[in-house]
Amino acid sequence: MKRLLTTQQVQRAIGRLYKAILEAMDDHRLIALIGIRTRGEILAARIVEKLRRERGDLDIHHGVLDITFYRDDLSRRRGVPLVRATEIDFDIDDAFIVLVDDVVHTGRSVRAALDALHDFGRPKIIRLAVLIDRGGRELPIAADLVGRKISAPNSQRVQVKLRETDGEEGVFLLNRF
Amino acid sequence: MAKKASSSSTGSRPTPAPAPKPFVWTRKDLLGLDELSAEEIRHLLDTAESFREVSTRSIKKVPALRGKVVALLFFEDSTRTRMSFELAASRLSADTIVFTAKGSSVAKGETTLDTVRNIEAMGVDVLVVRHAQPGAPHLLARKVRASIVNAGDGAHEHPTQALLDMFTMRQRLGRIEGLQVAIIGDIAHSRVARSNIIGLKKLGAEVVVVGPPTLVPSAITAMGCRVSHSLDDILGELDVINMLRIQFERFGTNLFPSVREYSRLFGMNADRLGRCRKNVLIMHPGPINRGVELTSDVADGPNSCILQQVTNGLAVRMAVLYLVTQGQP
Repeated sequence: MKRLLTTQQVQRAIGRLYKAILEAMDDHRLIALIGIRTRGEILAARIVEKLRRERGDLDIHHGVLDITFYRDDLSRRRGVPLVRATEIDFDIDDAFIVLVDDVVHTGRSVRAALDALHDFGRPKIIRLAVLIDRGGRELPIAADLVGRKISAPNSQRVQVKLRETDGEEGVFLLNRF
Repeated sequence: MAKKASSSSTGSRPTPAPAPKPFVWTRKDLLGLDELSAEEIRHLLDTAESFREVSTRSIKKVPALRGKVVALLFFEDSTRTRMSFELAASRLSADTIVFTAKGSSVAKGETTLDTVRNIEAMGVDVLVVRHAQPGAPHLLARKVRASIVNAGDGAHEHPTQALLDMFTMRQRLGRIEGLQVAIIGDIAHSRVARSNIIGLKKLGAEVVVVGPPTLVPSAITAMGCRVSHSLDDILGELDVINMLRIQFERFGTNLFPSVREYSRLFGMNADRLGRCRKNVLIMHPGPINRGVELTSDVADGPNSCILQQVTNGLAVRMAVLYLVTQGQP
């Protein structure tokens, strides 16, 4: 396991992502940040917290998406980790939605997340915000808002660690799965 | 920087995810609670919790089992269990086919195993089986490759009913461990009672079975539960009262002197409810014989969770179908 980004570099990347999200959402009235479980959820929670503190004038909804049921590799994996509930308790019709995830790689989780959101309604706009864009897309999907770009070989996995789940912060390169 | 946890100031929800559990489900069949560990039962209940949310959406469907086929094989009659499984399968986007023994090849003398092999040969992924013969799903699980879900085998087990009962207890009372649960009625012939006793004991509840001696075999204590022949003696100490249906269609009233006497000694009514703990939970797997096991005011009152059990049954069966299809070893 090789460290790619230090704690401070992760902090700076989150800061850039925060600014990009803030700039992207002017003029929109119904705004929602939806994090993809597990680490996208934590990033979204942190960003929502900061937005509510610094931009009290905006009314920001906050949701969590579990995409397990929508994955296209369900039948290829062995064993089932615990599925957790999706928490979206507001109407997403005509909303401006920022979908938050930690890493975008093949684009398949984002595809699954778009399908899942589609079952809840018809948002006006969906933007994709990721902490790390590591390249290697297999689907025509692009991140609109990015904390930091990294180029990593396809044979390796980029893992983001956050203190809420991992006890430390950083970005690491792992030998694949 | 690290001193402020994000959970404290983002409001009450959504809650941040705890560290992912290492536990992984690997079973391809659900035959009974007897073979499951406490951890597996908890995993099933936790998964069902996630599926409950799907039924609250405007589009009550997820694509988890898209392209899979679930066959419902009911060698024995059932309405609600079959409908519940059928709806659970369709909420997961699976296709369903239904087989009932009446008017089928069973009437022509085909064996159960041949019937099931023929249905499996059509390309079925999950077989939900109800059969009058105890152990029939276990036999099938050894002989076919598809996942087998036991939807009731004779007087042996009815795992999904016990799971939905425990799910409802956990939802209403917040826990299962330490609960005092009474199961009342025809314990001798009840698969619901057996699965409930097994599951509840594994999760740390205390179980007492109640009924006339003809319906409560004394050997049942080997399963780790107490026996009582007087409901009135134990009323005040119970957290949950699970009333079983008297199966008149099977036994008539041969096992006790009269329906009236049974109801007077073992039926729940307003008077008995008044002597229970205030938030005692009244359960019934249905269909109710109104005025026999329960009076209408109790069945429809605030302590009753009978309809909630039905709703939860859907989430539990979705979780079961999902887990067995993903759990292929």
